[in-house]
Amino acid sequence: MRVAVVGCGAVGSLFAAHLAQVDGVEVHAYDVSQAHVDAINQDGLRLVGEAELTARVRATTDPAQLPLCDFGVVATKSMFTGAALEACAHAFREGGAVASVQNGVGNEEVIAEHAERVIRGTTFPAGRVLEPGVVQMDTRGDTWLGPFEPRPASMSQVQRLAEAMTAGGMPAKALEDARGAQWTKLIFNAATNPVGALTQLTHGRVCELEGTRALVTALVDEGKAVADAQGIELDSDPDELVDHAARVAYEHRASMLQDVLAGRPTEIEAMNGGIVRFGLEYGVPTPLNAAIAALIRGLEHSWSQR
Amino acid sequence: MNRVCIVGAGTIGSLLAVHLGRVSETWVLTRRADHARRLNEDGLTVRGKSSFHAQVHATADPVELPEFELGIVACKATELETVATRLEGVAPEAVMMTIQNGLGAEEVVARHGEWPLISAVTFMSGRRHGDVEVEYELDTATWLGPWAGTGTPLDAVRATADLLVAAGLRAEWMADLLPAQWSKLIFNSAVNGVASLTELPHVQMFAEEDEPTALGHVVRALIDEGKAVAAAAGVELYEDPWEMNCLAVARGETAASAYAHVPSMLHDVLMRQPTEVDFIAGAVVREAQKHGVSVPITATVHRLIKAKEASWALARERPEVVGA
Repeated sequence: MRVAVVGCGAVGSLFAAHLAQVDGVEVHAYDVSQAHVDAINQDGLRLVGEAELTARVRATTDPAQLPLCDFGVVATKSMFTGAALEACAHAFREGGAVASVQNGVGNEEVIAEHAERVIRGTTFPAGRVLEPGVVQMDTRGDTWLGPFEPRPASMSQVQRLAEAMTAGGMPAKALEDARGAQWTKLIFNAATNPVGALTQLTHGRVCELEGTRALVTALVDEGKAVADAQGIELDSDPDELVDHAARVAYEHRASMLQDVLAGRPTEIEAMNGGIVRFGLEYGVPTPLNAAIAALIRGLEHSWSQR
Repeated sequence: MNRVCIVGAGTIGSLLAVHLGRVSETWVLTRRADHARRLNEDGLTVRGKSSFHAQVHATADPVELPEFELGIVACKATELETVATRLEGVAPEAVMMTIQNGLGAEEVVARHGEWPLISAVTFMSGRRHGDVEVEYELDTATWLGPWAGTGTPLDAVRATADLLVAAGLRAEWMADLLPAQWSKLIFNSAVNGVASLTELPHVQMFAEEDEPTALGHVVRALIDEGKAVAAAAGVELYEDPWEMNCLAVARGETAASAYAHVPSMLHDVLMRQPTEVDFIAGAVVREAQKHGVSVPITATVHRLIKAKEASWALARERPEVVGA
């Protein structure tokens, strides 16, 4: 079994390194960082933190170097999905199944423009690149995979990929309908990430202030209504996840706050922007998510004004 | 009017003082004693849309103020309570004018004295360069009207407007200021609110509505909520705040972002100092509650800015928990 990880940043590296632990799985990785790619090819891909291992991964910055693969695991930031898949599509032309493990919604739709068989995916593990070739795994967690309905991979493909991830040490579940898991995480992220980014408060503080906590619930409610209209059954109540996260991750800086502090583009269009687009499609008003998305877009624009 | 007193020498206070200093005996009440000392020694210099120097009298001690005919309270809304308390018993025969952003300044001053009050909204702007120099950027008008709460005679309003015009400022008086005051309130609630959260000056993006998540939609939503509150309060607006927004970003000063206007609340945000949001978006939320109108986007902007202010205090106490 041959897998290509498309976008080998923190999350992509977690999947690449774990999959490479499995006998009979050959892992390739495409990334734009020459330093990271060179380090991986020279010394292997090393994980520290919640996982301690070094993996043999064939990395490249040149997508033409990718061989034909059985599976793709896409882990780019959502705004780079289209460009990355356009460059890598040839690796999956013989029936390879391509899974998204990215944030937000709408990534599978973009992947489907370039691949025949697509897997809807949602993942909780997180980490950060410490230095080229070395990635810190901050949190472990499950991954959910299911066929992407408009251009589905077969259920047996979904199961093979889930089994390989699980065997490598990243538990994954194959589901007929993975939308519930995806929308649960989406609604949670869209209600919390941008509020932290706009106020520069950690998750726990956002939940302590009455005004922002009420705003989070209002954002969750809009997201739930959009999921409902699509007939999606959520895995759990995102509003309860918010309180749970306030207990276990009080001082966590959400990825969007990290992006804002570093002046990097955020994934707002795949998160709140995604809820707004699906809301428009299904006739559900999402004024708060639209306002929050617009404010983050404005904030991103402010960096070019300095 | 022979003697006036400007209370607070921030940007607006300095602009008023330097201009009035040419036509009246002008006193300035400052917060800091060293500020008053410099004003007494050096006077005030204005450049930009006006360019001259004027002598003023200044003190940081309200007891030292002589009787005056007109007082203009020009401090920030956030300092109003403190400043009005210091004014208790000062110049009981004077007419006082408030010129703060938002709503509610008159009520605060009225709790501390019997002066007839003039309401004002100003569209002029500038920036201070140290204690004795101020730049006059936008030479747009100040509008005045009698405050209904004190039944101020129209003659006093007219005389004040005439004085400002004689001093080289633009001013107009109105029998009922509420339509203009609310137009500016709604404009500020939207534009200052969005600027404070995005940290953008007032640029073209504020009027763009091309995509579903374009910034112009938020500005319009905030304005529409404000208009609904005004309608419920029985106030007919003087100008349409959305047209004010479009006009402002299309003007020469702001079309190019390098020259775009930095709203006062964004200035506070960049300086990490308390903003006037409670008097602006917060005032819209309070009026909305009073009249049973739902304003979810305005409430969101108000909450986010209050939370952002809270993060600065936190960053000073515990820099490791936030990004600062």
